[in-house]
Amino acid sequence: MKQEFKIISSLINENSKILDVGCGNGELMKYILENISKNIRGLEISKKNVQECIEKGLTVIEGNAELDLGQFPDKSFNYVILSQTLQAFLNPEKVLYELLRVGKKAIVTIPNFGHWKVRVDLLFKGTMPVTENLPNEWYNTPNLHMCTIKDFVTFCNQRDLKLTKSISLSGKKVSYIKKSNLNYKNLTSELGIFEIEK
Amino acid sequence: MNKIDNLKKYIVKDKLKLDCGKEISNFPIAYETFGKLNEGKNNGILIFHALTGDQFPYGINPITNKEGWWNYALGPNKAIDTNKFFVISANVIGGCMGSFGPSSIDPSTNKPYGSNFPVITINDMVNAQNFLLDHFKIKKLFAVIGGSMGGMQVLQFVSNFPNKADVAIPIACTASHSAQNIALNELGRQAIMADKEWDKGKYLENGKSPSKGLAVARMAAHITYLSKKGLQEKFGRKLQERDALKFGFDADFQIESYLRYQGSVFVDRFDANSYLYITRAMDYFDLTKQFNGNLSDAFKGSKTKFFIISFTSDWLYPTSENREIVIALNAIGADVGFIEITSDKGHDSFLLDVPDFLNSVKNFLNNSYKNIHEARV
Repeated sequence: MKQEFKIISSLINENSKILDVGCGNGELMKYILENISKNIRGLEISKKNVQECIEKGLTVIEGNAELDLGQFPDKSFNYVILSQTLQAFLNPEKVLYELLRVGKKAIVTIPNFGHWKVRVDLLFKGTMPVTENLPNEWYNTPNLHMCTIKDFVTFCNQRDLKLTKSISLSGKKVSYIKKSNLNYKNLTSELGIFEIEK
Repeated sequence: MNKIDNLKKYIVKDKLKLDCGKEISNFPIAYETFGKLNEGKNNGILIFHALTGDQFPYGINPITNKEGWWNYALGPNKAIDTNKFFVISANVIGGCMGSFGPSSIDPSTNKPYGSNFPVITINDMVNAQNFLLDHFKIKKLFAVIGGSMGGMQVLQFVSNFPNKADVAIPIACTASHSAQNIALNELGRQAIMADKEWDKGKYLENGKSPSKGLAVARMAAHITYLSKKGLQEKFGRKLQERDALKFGFDADFQIESYLRYQGSVFVDRFDANSYLYITRAMDYFDLTKQFNGNLSDAFKGSKTKFFIISFTSDWLYPTSENREIVIALNAIGADVGFIEITSDKGHDSFLLDVPDFLNSVKNFLNNSYKNIHEARV
């Protein structure tokens, strides 16, 4: 079980209604289903992943988050989860607003492009960073809109989106991101996990 | 016809008011069952057949001596596992495999109904089959499953009986028959009615058979069940038992020969009037309109878990139309899963050996049954 999934799960109240957008092969959904809430479903673009979810007994809709979130009514979920996918959308801003329309709360995680290893790669090697969280090369990465934790926090602040929880993950180390430590966390976090409300 | 008289039937004593206004009672529904109903009576599955299907999805059909139409999907250890589930399969009313249909004898004239048979709808078919559940004393089915017209019946069934099935799998279908599909059905009907032997629907009493018209209807329909790519790969421009074109209208091409064969074997097993009536029922199907333009209302109050399946190369009931059902269900927060299966085999994919499709159905059924009926430990 990935540390990221444990943190996401800890943010969710029992028996809430949840939508996991870009649910992949359903690993997180399965954990939530077995431990927190049976009322969970996923939206996933890859047919292979949808098959794997069905094998696990999960409810999944094959679809594209950029096109298919529109069918869900306003506030029809307590939580909408988006794990490490925001940066891969053509229009991340539109998707984020859709998440906050469909869900009362959104839980969004982003790989941090401000992590020191990423900065070192670019600064000293002069090549596009390849790390554990960003394993692809520049030519085959699905990530169109990489951002840093600081970028994301600024983005939300400018739009009056409330970050009700901001968590940093570095290896196994979990800590809170605050205004006072933002620059430091932006350097040390591999992943940012945010609970957002509109 | 004697062989058909000997098929297993349930006589519905109750009155059934049809959508056309007529009332029927004491009518037969021909059916078969597979597997065993368990003690809790919670493992029942009702499967609905497509336009030219019947109550024999599995094993050898005793009338045609051919394999059942869903042999790939149904049977011991298959996607719909008869070691585990009790499967009921009935011939729709309007059909010609023993259920009440246009070839049944009208007791008031002692002749086959022919064109005097009432126009029936998908709703009528579903209501008629529902009586079978009383016969088996099943209060709630585990699943309702069907492809194409069978899928339409699944949707209508859940709408009519919101809490009579734990899960529903409508496959390659639509909630509202499209203009293109009505047009294609009309083509088939006109081919039948243009055959002089059809005799205004009285061919059975007059010893005639509109087999040429019915064969053309089948040939045209058969093309719509396949995909362009599938046809091209299987037949291309290959010639039929000849080295060169013959400059005539014989079947030069393999595809011509194949279609002629499909037409010719179909007329031996299917009644032309049934073809007219059942295609009409499909054309009249518009669940959205039944609920004043809001398809979501058709499923309001239902706790049934849906799993909707479409196929990439199906242009008869394309993914977009299946997705409309998903959207309507999501709009009311219903429990719905959806997958589009990759296949070059066109609309017919649901009847064929398409492993991704069969695995999806199997996994969904087994997991759902486990969660609903076996999880209470």
